[in-house]
Amino acid sequence: MKYTKYITSAAGLLGLGAILTACSPAPTMKTGYDYAIPETQAMQDDDFSNPGFIWVQIGEDQWSTVDGEAGKSCASCHGDDATAFLKGKSTSYPKFNAADGKLRALQHQINFERTERMKAKAWKWESDEMLGMAAFIKNQSKGMPLNVSIKGEAAPFFDKGKEFYMQRRGGLDMSCKNCHIDYPGVKIRANVLTSGLPNGFPTYRLKWQKVGSLHRRFRGCNKNVRATPYKQGSDEYTNLELYLTHRANGVAVETPAVRN
Amino acid sequence: MAKKPRVKVPKKAKSGEIVQIKTLMSHKMETGNRKNKKTGELIPRKIINKFVCTFNGKEVLSADIHPSVAANPYMAFYAKATESGTFNFEWTEDGGKKVTAKSDITVS
Repeated sequence: MKYTKYITSAAGLLGLGAILTACSPAPTMKTGYDYAIPETQAMQDDDFSNPGFIWVQIGEDQWSTVDGEAGKSCASCHGDDATAFLKGKSTSYPKFNAADGKLRALQHQINFERTERMKAKAWKWESDEMLGMAAFIKNQSKGMPLNVSIKGEAAPFFDKGKEFYMQRRGGLDMSCKNCHIDYPGVKIRANVLTSGLPNGFPTYRLKWQKVGSLHRRFRGCNKNVRATPYKQGSDEYTNLELYLTHRANGVAVETPAVRN
Repeated sequence: MAKKPRVKVPKKAKSGEIVQIKTLMSHKMETGNRKNKKTGELIPRKIINKFVCTFNGKEVLSADIHPSVAANPYMAFYAKATESGTFNFEWTEDGGKKVTAKSDITVS
């Protein structure tokens, strides 16, 4: 009897420990890559067979494409050597911007540069150009750890994102946490649940047969629990992106990843 | 936004060496079985139906492609390097539109 008591309390402690480690960002976190099947991993490993690089190429071409009334391209200000300028730049997004007091995802920043500096038309969130540019920028930081700040003015956005993550929603009454913190590695129908880390986005999804943004994935998740999805680039999703990225702080960037 | 095909051929090879050639074409590969969600009409088929690779005008590989090949078809194959020259690649879409790419190889 005594032994059983010890075992139960030990199990309880272990369980608590598991929950605690799942909540705090740990660099050893498994990414979607670790849960993917070997064929998908092989596709991602080879830069040539990875179809995400079609979009990276678009971004690279856009870097030196002059657009808008100001007659500028990205390269006019930031230089022709995109790799040198962009290395490590994307890992701190979403970032608080003091000028308008808002949280900006990388896509917001790209459109800001386009409309304000280049006087060009903003790109649509899910357009090939936007996906390409975002993938290209993030690809320059491939292998570097994500590192977003949630201190100071970013803190309220982080709290809102966390609240969104923990909030049950939709007809199935499920929160993000119910799957991605509680059951990573467990099957949900035919798919393996992952920890839901954003380090590979924009990702080439075999299901989509193209590259898609993190916010598109959010919409898919929300629809799956029968909830009304928000718009790409909405405040709700940007806050959520901050929370997720903080969860994945320390995890290496994989963009463009290949997922099922 | 026009997406370019990606082709990878080694720049240099020894005579008699077997080299790997990789190609990745960006294409939607519309199967012809999907319906427009609003009107219920079938979306017409639009796939790449033929792929040809030639070396100095001589055919190396030719493939007929049918529906059920996924979007952005990736093809890898081998060829024996005997002389320097140019690989030409050609993808033919339903409707006859052609996209080409080429890559040089130096054989020593």
